[in-house]
Amino acid sequence: MLGQLLASLTDGLLIGIVYGLAAMGLTLIFGVMNVINLAHGPIIALGMFGVYLGYTVLGLNPFVGLLLVGVLGLLLGVVIYTVAVHRVINAPHLSSLLATFSVNMIIIGVGTSIFSTSFRNVDFNLGSLSLGPVTVPGTRLAAALLALLVTAALYLFLRRTRPGKYVRAVANNRTAAGLMGIPATRVLALSFGIGTALAAVAGGLIAMSLPFTILSGGAYELKSFVIVVLGGLGNPIGALAGGVVLGLIEGIVPVFMQTTWVPVLEFVLFVLILLLRPQGLFGAQR
Amino acid sequence: MKPLLRHAGIWIAVLLVLAVGLYPAASRSPITRETIFTVLLSVGLASSLNILLGYTGYVSFGHIVFFGLGGYVGFYALDVLGWHLAAATLVGGLAAGLLALLLGLSILRLRGAYFALATIGINEAMKAFVSNFEPFGGPVGMELHFAIYQDYGGAGQALWMVYWGTVLIALAAVGVSFLVKRSRFGLSLMAIREDEDAAEVMGVVAPQAKTWAYVLSAIFPGMLGALFFFKQGIVEPGSAFRLHLSIELLVMVMLGGQGTVLGPILGAAAYQRLRGLLLTSAFFKNIQLAVAGLLLLLIVLFIPAGAVGWLRGRAAVLRRILE
Repeated sequence: MLGQLLASLTDGLLIGIVYGLAAMGLTLIFGVMNVINLAHGPIIALGMFGVYLGYTVLGLNPFVGLLLVGVLGLLLGVVIYTVAVHRVINAPHLSSLLATFSVNMIIIGVGTSIFSTSFRNVDFNLGSLSLGPVTVPGTRLAAALLALLVTAALYLFLRRTRPGKYVRAVANNRTAAGLMGIPATRVLALSFGIGTALAAVAGGLIAMSLPFTILSGGAYELKSFVIVVLGGLGNPIGALAGGVVLGLIEGIVPVFMQTTWVPVLEFVLFVLILLLRPQGLFGAQR
Repeated sequence: MKPLLRHAGIWIAVLLVLAVGLYPAASRSPITRETIFTVLLSVGLASSLNILLGYTGYVSFGHIVFFGLGGYVGFYALDVLGWHLAAATLVGGLAAGLLALLLGLSILRLRGAYFALATIGINEAMKAFVSNFEPFGGPVGMELHFAIYQDYGGAGQALWMVYWGTVLIALAAVGVSFLVKRSRFGLSLMAIREDEDAAEVMGVVAPQAKTWAYVLSAIFPGMLGALFFFKQGIVEPGSAFRLHLSIELLVMVMLGGQGTVLGPILGAAAYQRLRGLLLTSAFFKNIQLAVAGLLLLLIVLFIPAGAVGWLRGRAAVLRRILE
């Protein structure tokens, strides 16, 4: 029993960190420009397919593929921002929600007609690591470590570099930042790009250990919503913690009750947090 | 003539729905009836959503939860309790209204993005819960015995009955949305939409008004859900709480013009017509979702007021006759 619990905990922790990375992309975009990116799920799916295509077609090592996915994700995000989001950034919420949702529809529409909705998987193995009762597939461990690395990089970028400080300034007050000579529009596009890249990379990491379709992103998008609310909307580091909480719930709950109850608990928790502690479990400082 | 003209907006809307609704009765063709059934179902749902979205300015992303719940409760009443369809439809609407009342008292405190997210959460929580709820059949849902249609004079007759029910509810939803718009209650909703804090200062009891708007916008979807799933003969969590349908409703309201009576009607008809065209065309069949997405994007970016809002902005005459 204890061994099983320990194994589920490790499993949940590792996948939770990757969930957290995906949610970080969503929360960064919300924190900077108050836009909920409803194209988040399809972008995660595109990240999965990026790694998959790189591996099967170009024969790239998935980790090299991830780098490529990150760069392409950044570019895609800048394009999405410029085409779909920029015009509605000051409009009521509904406009930006629908604008990003239409991007979602376009990606899913084109994606299903190219890739169909059959399952794919990246057939890549790193062996596994055993420690007492706990056995961890190498790809999962690597994915979690990489996710932590990316989080650290994001933290340093936001805290230590000039563009990162611009991002935080624009998040704080767009008008004032503009008056201080910060190119607000370019910073917004950059932030959207970074958020997109994070989601795509998280998708790529998930694809290394789980099968997926072009529609799989939807489930991870909903998880990201829950995580983002757990960690406080707009708080990237909170998102990592929220991801771990969600991963642990997914790991532990099936030990005690049927797996089908997991989403019930997740979404009830989600609504309760929104109602009782909308700033998230970990405060909402940026 | 004068009062007739003053209410031209509602007459145009009602006559439009009525004309479309009566058309299949004239042609007696089941195929036209099915097409128009889909359109009127969307008209009813979109008009209800508009009461919350268009007048009050709260974006409900999970409005389909009321459709699904009404469907399930109605189905339960028909299948297990053996009630008549009319009673089941009413109880479906009542259940949805009750849920909205309970939710309204809690989640309507949230504003903007937080509210939108909460409605998604509610829909997903409900779907996950129903999948585990044995009296409602759990993950496989429930199925009607075919014999039940005999009580209504055979399956063919039952389908017509569902159709007329839908026409009535669509008309009622349009009528209520007009009455709300012209009432003091409607004014307080629109004040909330413009500036909730200012509205409260002016004496609008915002929590109460918002809750009633939420309840009103939930009742019709609940009734339509009961009718729809009676017609389908089967209900399961995936089809009852389909988040995608919820977002399609938002698109319809946006397309026609939020906050107008005529808008959701036109938006629903146009959207369903477009979908039908794209689905049947060999070229667009695979990529129809992308085309619809592109169209939506263009509307959101360039005509955010929707078709009716745009027309109203063109000429004073149109402002008078289009509601």
